[in-house]
Amino acid sequence: MNLAAKDIRHNFGRFALTTVGIGLLLMIVMGMGGIYRGLIREATLLVDKIGADLWVVQGSTRGPFAEVSRVSANLEDRARAVPGVAGARRFVSHTIQREHRGRPLRIVVQGLSWPEDRGGWIPLVAGRPLQQAHFEMIADRSLNLPLGERLQLGKDVYEVVGLASGMVGSGGDGLCFFSVSDAEAIQFDVPGEAVRLERQSRRARAAARDIGQVQPLLLERAAGPASDLPALAPPQVSAVMVALQPGADPAQVAATLATWPDITVYSTPQQVDLLLAGMVDKARRQLGLFRVLLIIISTIIMALIIYTLTLDKIHDIAMLKLMGARNGVIVGLILQQALLIGALGYGLAYWLGTFAFPRFPRLVVIETTDLVSLAAIVLGISVLSSLLGIWKAMRVEPNKVLS
Amino acid sequence: MNTPSPAAPALEASHLTKVYGSGNTEVVAMKDVSLTVARGEVVALLGPSGAGKSTLLTAIGLINPPTSGRIAIGGQAVMDADRALVDLRAFRRQHLGFVFQKANLIPFLNAVENVQVAMEINDVSPPAARSRALELLDYLGVAGRSHNLPDALSGGQQQRVAVARALANQPSLILADEPTAALDSQRGRQVMELFRKVAHERGAAVIVVTHDHRALDIFDRTYEMEDGQLKTN
Repeated sequence: MNLAAKDIRHNFGRFALTTVGIGLLLMIVMGMGGIYRGLIREATLLVDKIGADLWVVQGSTRGPFAEVSRVSANLEDRARAVPGVAGARRFVSHTIQREHRGRPLRIVVQGLSWPEDRGGWIPLVAGRPLQQAHFEMIADRSLNLPLGERLQLGKDVYEVVGLASGMVGSGGDGLCFFSVSDAEAIQFDVPGEAVRLERQSRRARAAARDIGQVQPLLLERAAGPASDLPALAPPQVSAVMVALQPGADPAQVAATLATWPDITVYSTPQQVDLLLAGMVDKARRQLGLFRVLLIIISTIIMALIIYTLTLDKIHDIAMLKLMGARNGVIVGLILQQALLIGALGYGLAYWLGTFAFPRFPRLVVIETTDLVSLAAIVLGISVLSSLLGIWKAMRVEPNKVLS
Repeated sequence: MNTPSPAAPALEASHLTKVYGSGNTEVVAMKDVSLTVARGEVVALLGPSGAGKSTLLTAIGLINPPTSGRIAIGGQAVMDADRALVDLRAFRRQHLGFVFQKANLIPFLNAVENVQVAMEINDVSPPAARSRALELLDYLGVAGRSHNLPDALSGGQQQRVAVARALANQPSLILADEPTAALDSQRGRQVMELFRKVAHERGAAVIVVTHDHRALDIFDRTYEMEDGQLKTN
């Protein structure tokens, strides 16, 4: 006869409520672990999928994922000339926030190096990659922008031609892919009045110098568009991504690029490490700490519940001892209940998680290894939490029946 | 290890003394008590509260060892002062049965399971234990309530189930501490008669601590305890 099962049947409501409580706690522990994994996946998703072997970033910086990085757009052409390099693309990425249909919309604007890169590598769930150099965008579906939606960004209107899945930035904001020139147009868009003021001040600065006095054409140019001024630098990008030829030695190519003093080179694994050690590190450590605290809290709560359940049965345990029951019978009664609460709580947590986690605002990634390790932890805390009850039961004297 | 002998008395308790505390706080709860009970014999222990009846019963029941004296059950020495000569829990399981004022049934087991569990913890297989438990409940007249939880049984029915549980492992000695105190006189007498029936038909010795003088005719012998000492009536 299984005494634990009989007791549970008799106190089913209480047992069920306890299991639900433990299940909800474990679901939060599971979710925390999933958010932790999701954070890492979101942070490294772009770097993993974009298909770059080397990242060329502004000299003495950690690259665009860690801090502001600005390199000249023509670095792309310089990189292509290095032996072992198959191709180079410009990387433009920045976050904007706009009001759209009455709600705030945060977008990570991502530039695709048109025409080589039209976004064919992006996992699309609907629509198509870019087919023209301007005014098209591929949006992650987390942004809730339907296909065909038209969005005013800066002075231009962009149409959603493709919907991507799981493409979010390290902050959890959805990515939108544009051609690099469109991404730069959005990034450097300033109001007309600001342009007019800048041209005026440029003209005033030129007029204040000798060269402006003697060359009236220069003053005229200074008051015109910036693109007509050869003395001004071309548009800047965040980084340049380098793809290597098959068989090329990444270290060798990186060493060659590293001789240029204006840039710093990182391999993709280094870029991932910088991401995890920088932006994501504190968040994931905080989540890890929360997870540990929740496991401790779960253990304490479970121990108290098992202890209370044992106290309720203390007279019955004394009676069993009086009848000569071995310690194994009594330990089994308490331990089996603790293990059952743990196992059912774990199953409930998993089941509830399948409904709840997809509705979380951040990506929740539940990996098999995490499930297995949490199952082992639950087993551990079930045994640990039953110890207090077992200790109490072992101390009960059979003559307690007489009291 | 010796095993109980069928020819030996069910109980031989000699010179049992129980002292609680020491020095100024010393209380002698039982003083030089000797008692022999034969198999099939039903013995009553009478006496006022605090006379030491329960102390004697729990000492014989191997749950509250005496300070000095010896206890042999079925011819096997089990206690020498407070030193156990056998595995007490195993010995209780195999050779002793208990009935108390409260039935002390396990609330999450039904009547038949309450009897069955006593046998299962004594390594009887579940089907055999269940069959015998039903047989005992039938013998004690509560077979019709075998699937009821204790809450659904009357006090008298609960006490009958407790008696069935005490009989489950065919003990050589049954110890009952005021088993009829919570029952009306008619039901109390029925329980006492049940003990007599069990003793005479099944050969178990029964020692009953009681305040109830109305059913003394049922007992083979009665003893009076006073100030920790045992006197024959």
